[in-house]
Amino acid sequence: MRRILIWLPLLLFAAFIGLFASGLFQPDDRIIQSRLVGQPLPDFDLPAAASDQPGLGSRDMAGGKPRLLNIFASWCVPCAVEAPQLMALKRAGVAIDAIAIRDARSDVDAFLARNGNPYQRIGLDARSAVQIALGSSGVPESFIIDGRGRIAYQHIGDIRADDVPTILARLEDAR
Amino acid sequence: MIAEAGLAALWLAASLALLQLFLAVTGLKGGKAELLAAMRPVAVGQGMLTAIAFSLLITLFLRSDMSVLLVAMNSHSAKPWLYKFAGTWGNHEGSMLLWVTVMGVAGGAVALFERALRRDTHMATLGAQATISLGFYAFLLFSSNPFARIDPPPTDGQGLNPLLQDPGLAFHPPTLYLGYVGLSVAFSFAVGALLTRTVDAAFARAMRPWVLGAWILLTLGITAGSYWAYYELGWGGWWFWDPVENASLMPWLAATALLHSVTVLATRDGLRAWTIMLAVIAFSMSMVGTFLVRSGILTSVHAFAVDPERGSFILALLAIYIGGALALFGWRIGSVREGAPFELISRETLLVVNNLLLSVILGIVLIGTLYPLMTEAFGHKVSVGAPYFDRIAGPIALVLMLAMAAGPLTRWRRDRVPAVAKRLAIPAAAGAVAAVIIATLAWGRMGLLPLFGLIVAIGVGIASLAPLWKRKLLRTPLFTWGMVIAHLGCAVSLAGMACDSAFTVEKLVAARPGETIRTAGWALRFVQIMPLAGDNWTALQADLAVDRGGNAVMMRPQSRFFTSPPTTTSEAALLTRWNGQLYVVLGEEVEGGRWQLRIWWKPFVTLIWLGGILIAFGGALALIGRERRGWLAKWRARRAVA
Repeated sequence: MRRILIWLPLLLFAAFIGLFASGLFQPDDRIIQSRLVGQPLPDFDLPAAASDQPGLGSRDMAGGKPRLLNIFASWCVPCAVEAPQLMALKRAGVAIDAIAIRDARSDVDAFLARNGNPYQRIGLDARSAVQIALGSSGVPESFIIDGRGRIAYQHIGDIRADDVPTILARLEDAR
Repeated sequence: MIAEAGLAALWLAASLALLQLFLAVTGLKGGKAELLAAMRPVAVGQGMLTAIAFSLLITLFLRSDMSVLLVAMNSHSAKPWLYKFAGTWGNHEGSMLLWVTVMGVAGGAVALFERALRRDTHMATLGAQATISLGFYAFLLFSSNPFARIDPPPTDGQGLNPLLQDPGLAFHPPTLYLGYVGLSVAFSFAVGALLTRTVDAAFARAMRPWVLGAWILLTLGITAGSYWAYYELGWGGWWFWDPVENASLMPWLAATALLHSVTVLATRDGLRAWTIMLAVIAFSMSMVGTFLVRSGILTSVHAFAVDPERGSFILALLAIYIGGALALFGWRIGSVREGAPFELISRETLLVVNNLLLSVILGIVLIGTLYPLMTEAFGHKVSVGAPYFDRIAGPIALVLMLAMAAGPLTRWRRDRVPAVAKRLAIPAAAGAVAAVIIATLAWGRMGLLPLFGLIVAIGVGIASLAPLWKRKLLRTPLFTWGMVIAHLGCAVSLAGMACDSAFTVEKLVAARPGETIRTAGWALRFVQIMPLAGDNWTALQADLAVDRGGNAVMMRPQSRFFTSPPTTTSEAALLTRWNGQLYVVLGEEVEGGRWQLRIWWKPFVTLIWLGGILIAFGGALALIGRERRGWLAKWRARRAVA
């Protein structure tokens, strides 16, 4: 008994070292992916967020062709930073819809006038309810929705210039 | 030149450490105890060289030498000098150099001042200290060189994290490191005693002052860190159960247990194996805690450098040192005789209870800290927060406090229950009276844990003074005073914690200048809000005239904007009164010219840190009380020679 007790600390420590090593070589994944990737979009029907564009419902996203769903807000600085990339995607022929989070119509109008408007439809999610239902944890985020209304891909954070080819490839995959 | 000189000093110190190890091995193998005389200057020289390297790094920071990578990454020429100075250790490499410096200087001190230890044990201890140092020299020189240059040098540096730009940075990390690394001496002592088979009372008496010294500094460092976090992070909490805080608490728990078990070993020659184990664990906890966070495996506000290469290096060091010491323990401890036996009702038993409870709390904190890592290994992500630690460790800590009250009132070796009960009668009665009063006043208005905490604090506070009962106070030994004050400090601190968690009043308002906010008997008149410029920041400052019936005092919370790196911090305004602290934080502007203000009235919260200071002060008294005779004798001997 005493013999076991004497060696017990070393055994526990060996287990700790194993744990430490496994933690050390685990890939760093601080980004939380939505559990809905691969699942159908949750049902929603949002009012228009901009003055001269229609609102957005989940049925609009199931039109047979893949679309990009951008989660943004007029008060969000990285969203303004990613605007040129969205414009580039629009020029490449991508259909983009958006949900504006905790926003006001006049602010969204000003934002679009300032940064360009790549969107076809913009829904206003005044209390982040749809955002939470989507499993999105912040702005900006972008989802690729395939033609049948399923979430095919989630991009977290602003879209940088070197993310554009990935997004285009994923849109192609979702076809 | 300065950077190169610093690097050279480090390499020299490392080679001296190698020489020190070589001398220890030769001396121990050949039975040549006289080699100890040769080891002394080597160890002292090593300590001096590390101190030189560290002062050179400080010089580089003070001069804002941007050609040094570390300075360029972490400093800025516009910083006030105090933060240039303290910024030396506000980063990974600099704090590692501080670590190595403390280790080198502590080793030098052991070589120079330790006289009570048997010579071969002393050699083995210095050899062990050199071995640990070598690993950290290697870590510094091969993967965290603080003196690396950058070419071309940038025009200015990137600045220091504004949260660290506070006088707290000048005090908290060095004290804490002195405590952490001071425990390396206890570790080396344990290894030395195991190697030379000298685990006995004389060894314990030699080790005790080093443990006590490190423990005092650790206590002060944790107290200072807690107060710093309390006023700097701006949400009124004083302990966050952050992995790094746990990393400082765990060695403290182990060192506290060690402090008590080493007393049993020194006084009664009992608990031999256990004391050695604790000495190993205390420093191991320092290393594990510090480096677990450094490696980036656990995220924390304190994480400096996240780098797998460094992580692997650290892992190897931990495996070698801790694994080696534990293996040595397993191999040698069987040959250590059982210590002196004792009766069930005795001070020894209560100290064993103290040790077991401290170890259980240590285990709880360790498991809570590592749990996210454990579940992640099985594919789940969880985080462990304050509720776990409070609910599990809290009640055990209360039981521990009760043992603490009874311990000093129980005799060594054997005692009788009625006698102990008689001595405990007055404090227990006081606790009972307090319990009735508090329960009638605050039943249902305070949680169970704070309620029991307050009752226990009052009872234990009185019990901790009981050893002075019917004694001539001036003739009471200094170390008894030390114990009494340290135990009283625990009760005072506990009272503060209980009051803070039970009676804190919090109010969040949006107010316009001119309005008056009333909370917890205070009236805060929001006078104005105005901009303000500092050395390397600008701020918005709210002026509040605050009173509770007497003269108004101004409180000025700020929201500060730093430019390098761009960050906003909130500087809370604190008003300390005898019965608590008023804590005001300025938030953001909301619509209609209103400003968010978060106001707390925290009754008796200051007792938490006052208790910490009392604990450390008690430790210092005990250290002086125990060592004074030795110092006096040495001084007289020297005078006689002269």
